[in-house]
Amino acid sequence: MSSSSHWRTRRQRLALVGEQCPHCQAMLFPPRDICPSCHGPAKEPYHYGGVGSVYSFSEVYTAPDAYEHYAPYVVALVQLEEGPLLTAQLTDVEPEDVYVGMPVEMVTRRLRAEGPEGLISYGYKFRPVPERVAAH
Amino acid sequence: MRDVCIAGIGQIAVGEHWDRSLRDMAVDAVVSALNDAQVERPQMLFVGNMLSGQLSLQENLGALVADYAGLRGIEAFKIEAACASAAAALRLAYLAVAGGMCDVAVACGVEKMTESRSDRVTTALATAADAVYEAEQGVSFVALNALLMQRYMHQYGYRREDFGGFAVNAHANAAGNPWAMFQRPITPEQFATARLIAAPISLLDSAGIGDGAAAVVVMPADLAGQPPRKPVRIRASASATDAVALHDRRDPLVLDAAALSAGRAYAEAGVGPQDVDLFELHDAFTIMSALSIEACGLAPRGHGVGLAKEGAIALHAAHPMSTMGGLKARGHPVGATGLYQVVEACLQLRGEAGVNQIKGASLAMTQNIGGSGANVFTHILERCW
Ligand SMILES: [Zn+2]
Repeated sequence: MSSSSHWRTRRQRLALVGEQCPHCQAMLFPPRDICPSCHGPAKEPYHYGGVGSVYSFSEVYTAPDAYEHYAPYVVALVQLEEGPLLTAQLTDVEPEDVYVGMPVEMVTRRLRAEGPEGLISYGYKFRPVPERVAAH
Repeated sequence: MRDVCIAGIGQIAVGEHWDRSLRDMAVDAVVSALNDAQVERPQMLFVGNMLSGQLSLQENLGALVADYAGLRGIEAFKIEAACASAAAALRLAYLAVAGGMCDVAVACGVEKMTESRSDRVTTALATAADAVYEAEQGVSFVALNALLMQRYMHQYGYRREDFGGFAVNAHANAAGNPWAMFQRPITPEQFATARLIAAPISLLDSAGIGDGAAAVVVMPADLAGQPPRKPVRIRASASATDAVALHDRRDPLVLDAAALSAGRAYAEAGVGPQDVDLFELHDAFTIMSALSIEACGLAPRGHGVGLAKEGAIALHAAHPMSTMGGLKARGHPVGATGLYQVVEACLQLRGEAGVNQIKGASLAMTQNIGGSGANVFTHILERCW
């Protein structure tokens, strides 16, 4: 990602800002200009609370360029409590402890660095919600 | 619209072709198909390819392949639809001929993958996904399929081993295909103990990548039908799209684009799923096989895996699939794979499938899936000679 691309997507990546369609109330993340449900213009920002649960997960052993030294790591489809699914890494958790339905919350973490001098990419990851893990 | 036939086919063996370049392979396939059709010069060439720009630093493939195939001057295009690039090329060749814009079109798929470092290939394949909201999160293309498989297992109560039937069947059939990359059978035990690459997906859930090229010559039925050709009629050519990102789908476990494109194909051909004698499905991962089978109406939701468990997809069973090894064992040169499927279906319909021949095969279906289900092409082919 270029620095302008980071800048453009900073709200969604760092603050989980999506949209709520003003016409049909569909909850959208990531944001897009046309609502996929009613096809009307959707430009009302919505701040997601960052809490959700694991819809599915995988452990990546063979990683793309720039992610290799993080491998193995856990990726997941997370269902936000407001409804939308998103794709993110899980962090602060042992892979064998992850299960479908596990409550998680958003944190901001480093995604990758482009070499020692390059841009560091930050974004959302999700970690277990501590008290609910204890209750599990 | 005119009736359209495949008048000639060409393919090279899938493998690690250290001695052959992207253009060499494409030219081999195109020239073989033209020779098979006994045609010297097509008017249009559609080259399906996904990764040439990233892995070979070569774009402008339409002109390059046309020139090196001795066809300088014709119209030529590169078509990209991720792993469905080759079937997309066929779809456009079909439209050009059916619509009367030309009388001879060639669709070719080509991919060169094995001379690049594996992390580069992993990165390049991830460009089929949403760059910002999937790939930037560190999700590989394999991992996207793993997310589907994990959810499928959770939702319907399957274990990893239940998916083994797809891979075992594909390898058994590849053993009889001289163009296949992995011409050896595997056992269910080997499947169960295979090394995981993105849990729960193992090496043996996944199609092996390779170098390859395949091509077909597309002509109107009235011109293609003259002997000694063995034309195969394109009874239906259909495609449909869905969200690129898994998380943007209506339901990640339903391939809406596969269902839409299969539905359009059935309607166009006036047939149903039970009328098809063989199905070359997109078995890039075992989970994709299950989801494709369900989307095409061959099994209800959550039961696609059952077909493999029951042995219903073997060569001489009710629903033969991956009859020449599929993506899994013939090998998966991603931007070429859709035309391998079509060439293999034509071999079956022409009675030229050797030891893998399905007796009396007259109607075949192919389905080529781009990305994790974003752009899906379905073709129904019929013997007509
Ligand atoms: Zn709406």
